[in-house]
Amino acid sequence: MSAAWSWYEATARQRLLKLLDEGTFEEFIGPEQRETSPHLSLFDLPEQFDDGMIVGHGRLEGTRVLMAAQEGRFMGGAFGEIHGAKLTGLLRASREIGSIPVLILFDTGGVRLQEANAGEIAISEIMRALVDARLAGVPVVGLIGGRAGCYGGGGLIAGCCSALAVSEQGRISVSGPEVIETNRGVEEFDSKDRALVWRTMGGKHRRLIGGAEILVDDTMASFREAATRLIKRAPPLDAMTLEAEQSRLDQRLERFGRCEDARDIWASLGAADARSLPAMAYRDFVVLADRLEKPRHDAR
Amino acid sequence: MEHLNYHHVAPSRAKGSKRQAIVGVVASGDLEVLVERTLPDTECEVNIRTAVEGFGDVWKAVVADFVERRSPGGLKLSVNDGGARPDMVALRLSQAARAVADQS
Amino acid sequence: MMLAEILDSLFPNGHDVVLNHGLLFGRGTRPTGRVIVVIGVDGRLPVGVDEAAWLSRRVLDTLANGNKDPILVLLDSDSQRMSKRDELLGLNEFLAHLAKCLMYADAKGHATVGLLYGHTAAGAFIATALATRALLALPDAEPAVMDLPSMARVTKLSVDVLQEKAKSTPVFAPGLDNLVQTGGIAAVLDPGVSLADQLEVALGSIAQSVGSKDTRDQLGRARNGRPKAADIAQRVRELALASR
Repeated sequence: MSAAWSWYEATARQRLLKLLDEGTFEEFIGPEQRETSPHLSLFDLPEQFDDGMIVGHGRLEGTRVLMAAQEGRFMGGAFGEIHGAKLTGLLRASREIGSIPVLILFDTGGVRLQEANAGEIAISEIMRALVDARLAGVPVVGLIGGRAGCYGGGGLIAGCCSALAVSEQGRISVSGPEVIETNRGVEEFDSKDRALVWRTMGGKHRRLIGGAEILVDDTMASFREAATRLIKRAPPLDAMTLEAEQSRLDQRLERFGRCEDARDIWASLGAADARSLPAMAYRDFVVLADRLEKPRHDAR
Repeated sequence: MEHLNYHHVAPSRAKGSKRQAIVGVVASGDLEVLVERTLPDTECEVNIRTAVEGFGDVWKAVVADFVERRSPGGLKLSVNDGGARPDMVALRLSQAARAVADQS
Repeated sequence: MMLAEILDSLFPNGHDVVLNHGLLFGRGTRPTGRVIVVIGVDGRLPVGVDEAAWLSRRVLDTLANGNKDPILVLLDSDSQRMSKRDELLGLNEFLAHLAKCLMYADAKGHATVGLLYGHTAAGAFIATALATRALLALPDAEPAVMDLPSMARVTKLSVDVLQEKAKSTPVFAPGLDNLVQTGGIAAVLDPGVSLADQLEVALGSIAQSVGSKDTRDQLGRARNGRPKAADIAQRVRELALASR
């Protein structure tokens, strides 16, 4: 029964506990340490004992992993000073250990505005530590499918991962829908148009355009299976991978740079009925996606 | 921010052997409850931090009701409130007591 | 200082840096005669998918020529380009790739230095300036995560209230001093003195730094801008190492 639990509906703690082998999770700086944000009280905002970031280690199908999970429902899962530092420390350790993969369960709106400078720098520190870990041969796999999505600086960290799995509910983007609408007008982007938001930033589109390697179902079992698979197939980070990534991105610009909408991209990929893709059931979509655009494992 | 603190005598020790547990999330309409088995068997303490001021009487009543129903002797419960209604508070306190009732 | 003036002060021995639709590329000659590769963004240009891909290509070209030349990132940008097209095409991957290329280059012996001389914000800031080993700035630089009016809209607090709160902490408001105090910017240069000499000092201290540790959190602690980050990261690191 636990295998069918909705990832989207779960809390960060529930995801983490359901993903890992039962009884194997040990937390680093748990909530009983009460390391809360030193900045939220200035804004009369409530704190959370883990500051919305849980880090620790456990086993996934018997394999030791280091794990980080964001709570998207606390302050939008946004990066604050303590929140970010926990992930930085975890990644720095992973590089020194060298042999244990890292799983990051993203659920974030980006930088926490009340701690904006701390959050922004933390994101850069996380990216540096992540790159260093990958250079030491550590696979760093990102899982995306929570309520907050993976926005802003979170999207940049995700782009540094070895590989990503995303569910249909997940979104990956730098700027959020409201910000695009404010900047460009509602004619370009109506942030209230959910279908448009998901077409542009959502999991299915990311799978097709190459923003993520695997589209998962919104279940613990599906995320677990994808995480296990991606850990094994993570590309090393070297000049060859970066050149492959540059080619991949250049080609994407060439192929789709003039497309107005995701439907045009999907049609260009060969989808016979682009309009039917959002409503398509998970299994059918995965089959179609594998037919249209096989995921690469040599770039990113 | 308001800090509330309630001490109670509990008729019996809270069941189970888990030393601590945490339930809930500090989201709008929700709360987190960290429960630690750190007090003598007949004592119970509930600490609350909330940005919604002026509801001390309501918290007091919910906590008293919880203590009477669950007899959480030995438990210290620490709450970060995201603006939850009394029924949600009662639910989370109850879940917290249940969570440490599991064998560790 | 304007870009031309900055380049002249950085490279009195000459440079071939050119501006190409707001993007910079070229080489500058250092006092020693050695070369430093220059990339950057000028004129407060937003950084979108096209700009990021162009810049990352220049970094990879530098890696490919094998000279271990250091790389200088000059910056006067807007935030990332906020458009449907950029997000549709996966802007997060393009910005991440640029940051990865800079960090990889640095790890492989091309010291990376940033020099912020104008504005930058949000995702552009992270992908460029913050992706260098040592970030320097000129005194009139204006880094920000988000401008205060936008922050006011999102947090539902007035600009006045935010400005008042910003008096007691460097942790959220825009501005050079805040980014220096929180450890994001290593040093502010003196525009009245040769930038070439100051750049040499920066490159010299990079060359001497042990290993490739990121010390920005320690800097933030020492300057009282981020009192907890370094300690929390250290504690998590130690717990993770001990759990092996």
